[in-house]
Amino acid sequence: MSHGFYIAVSYGISALIVAVMLGWIWLDGRARQRELAELEASGIRRRSSTSGTGDSA
Amino acid sequence: MTQSLAITKFSDLANPTRFLNLSGRILPWLGCLTAALFVAGLYLSFTTEGDYQQGETVRIMYVHVPAAWLSMMCYSVMALSAIGTLVWRHPLADVSHKAAAPLGAAFTLIALATGSLWGKPMWGTWWVWDARLTSVFVLFLMYLGLIALNRAMDDPSKAARVSAVLILVGFVNIPIIKFSVEWWNTLHQPASVVRLDGPTIDPEFLIPLLVMAFAFTFLFFTLHLMAMRNEIWRRRVTAQRRMAARMASRES
Repeated sequence: MSHGFYIAVSYGISALIVAVMLGWIWLDGRARQRELAELEASGIRRRSSTSGTGDSA
Repeated sequence: MTQSLAITKFSDLANPTRFLNLSGRILPWLGCLTAALFVAGLYLSFTTEGDYQQGETVRIMYVHVPAAWLSMMCYSVMALSAIGTLVWRHPLADVSHKAAAPLGAAFTLIALATGSLWGKPMWGTWWVWDARLTSVFVLFLMYLGLIALNRAMDDPSKAARVSAVLILVGFVNIPIIKFSVEWWNTLHQPASVVRLDGPTIDPEFLIPLLVMAFAFTFLFFTLHLMAMRNEIWRRRVTAQRRMAARMASRES
């Protein structure tokens, strides 16, 4: 196989891994924000959001 | 007095809500900078000359070397966060090392795969069990172990403390990876960029390598901030669902 093949596969695999990582983190973030919005809509709020003070994770 | 004020300011910044606000403002800029660095890095990677020995396969190095550096830097970030978990018991430190583990595994996988794809045409083999390759493979397994450990435990703060101890114990592998090429007789070449006597690599290859290294570093920080925000939101969802369940049981 030519050197071009090894270079193309190297860049292809790297791009694929980065794309999967980015996509997974992006979709995970959207899903979590949606869940928080649903909880908010059903009237469940964080205690700190009513008192307006700091909080913990 | 001044010192206590500084500590208060620092702990204010480490507050998850402030972290979410601050990271939300920084992330678009960080993402744009990462994209710009990748455009420049990839342009340089494919327009510079080939090496007189490696030929065109030197271009694999512009992905392989930054990914390998990042695999070790990510673990170092996790070790610092682990200290934050064990010494200050800070929830953001827990979030930081939990969010970094899958990123570290991904960068290590890139380093292993591209190294193997470079090894076949240059060494004549996909893989050898020499000290550098084996120690990086062990690092990959450690990342997988830490991901599994975090997912196996329901209590996030307990999982964080156990993971933190394991991360710090496993940190011994980082100097082993770095110095494996000097301590043992390996097929993998010794360091040619980070050396006490300066880089021994020609600027023709050094410039694209450094630009790609910066691109990968900014990619890591962008993804790490995004993953940390996700983890904070995940914990808030869990806490609020628990609160809703408590309220429902009180009403009934």
